Amino acid sequence: MAGLDAGDVGLLLAVTLAAAVEFVEAFTIVLAMGMTRDWRSTLVGTALALGLLAIVTALAGYALVEWFPEALLQLVIGTLLLIFGLQWLRKAILRASGLKAQHDEDAIFEAEAEAARAAGRDSVMGLDGFALFVAFKGVFLEGLEVVFIVLTFGLSAGNMPLAIAGAAIAGALVLLAGALLHRPLSQVPENTIKYGVGILLSTFGTFWAIEGLGIVAPGGESLDWPGGELALLVVLVAWFAVSRVLIAMLRRRALAPAVA
Amino acid sequence: MRWLVAFGRFWYDFVIGDDWRIAAGVVAVLAAGAVAVVAGVPSQVAAPLVALALVLVFAVPVSRVAR
Repeated sequence: MAGLDAGDVGLLLAVTLAAAVEFVEAFTIVLAMGMTRDWRSTLVGTALALGLLAIVTALAGYALVEWFPEALLQLVIGTLLLIFGLQWLRKAILRASGLKAQHDEDAIFEAEAEAARAAGRDSVMGLDGFALFVAFKGVFLEGLEVVFIVLTFGLSAGNMPLAIAGAAIAGALVLLAGALLHRPLSQVPENTIKYGVGILLSTFGTFWAIEGLGIVAPGGESLDWPGGELALLVVLVAWFAVSRVLIAMLRRRALAPAVA
Repeated sequence: MRWLVAFGRFWYDFVIGDDWRIAAGVVAVLAAGAVAVVAGVPSQVAAPLVALALVLVFAVPVSRVAR
């Protein structure tokens, strides 16, 4: 891609994939409410959530950029990203080794639809209160995760437009797929994507958190990695290798009782 | 108040998740890294060592799941 270096491509890929996973989850909730309750109320709830998310993003982004030096931002946000990424990676490792159930959008859609059918009908200004609230809550909470991903990547890399572009691409892809299919996006290989995203989040989190340790050095400048940005690739390979070893080890353990 | 508790729980579940030991390990390793940087350890040495320690604080608790 012209004008993008390897770090930029990695950042774009990480944000797009991570945001896509969250958008798929929000889409499942919106679809369940729209199909079982009322599309107008569901879309109003979705629009309200998106509006509130835009305000939260603008305020948080402005406050973070204005108030914190770069190295401190890298340390704090890199640490959060690393903890968050390792949590994804842990879940992905447990799923891949058979110690945790796979994420299933069809099952989530059915559970949401069942709850929607069982709920009563409270009208709020002519709208279905249940559909509006559930769509609002689902889109806001999943969207908050996208905001977190965009802000952490955008601020740490100093490239907010690229991070926003990644989220926008993800949103457009999920909406397009949803519009074409009109059903939960269960064919999206969500578990595999989450594994890849866990590796990418952990890689960037490790890189930035360690760079940010420079805040305590004389001068307060970001630390330099040996090899500069090429170290990102080494960290990525290290996290991937560790995850494969853990999956192999845990898979043997998961199978052990059946053999015994 | 209930809303505040729910909001706090959301962020705890979101960032820290199921295994708090990983978060605690990451913070402890980075704190040790900060001490090393203050003590004058060169960044070319500190960065890979801190990264290695981060891998260990993740791998050890995960490798013990369901043991």
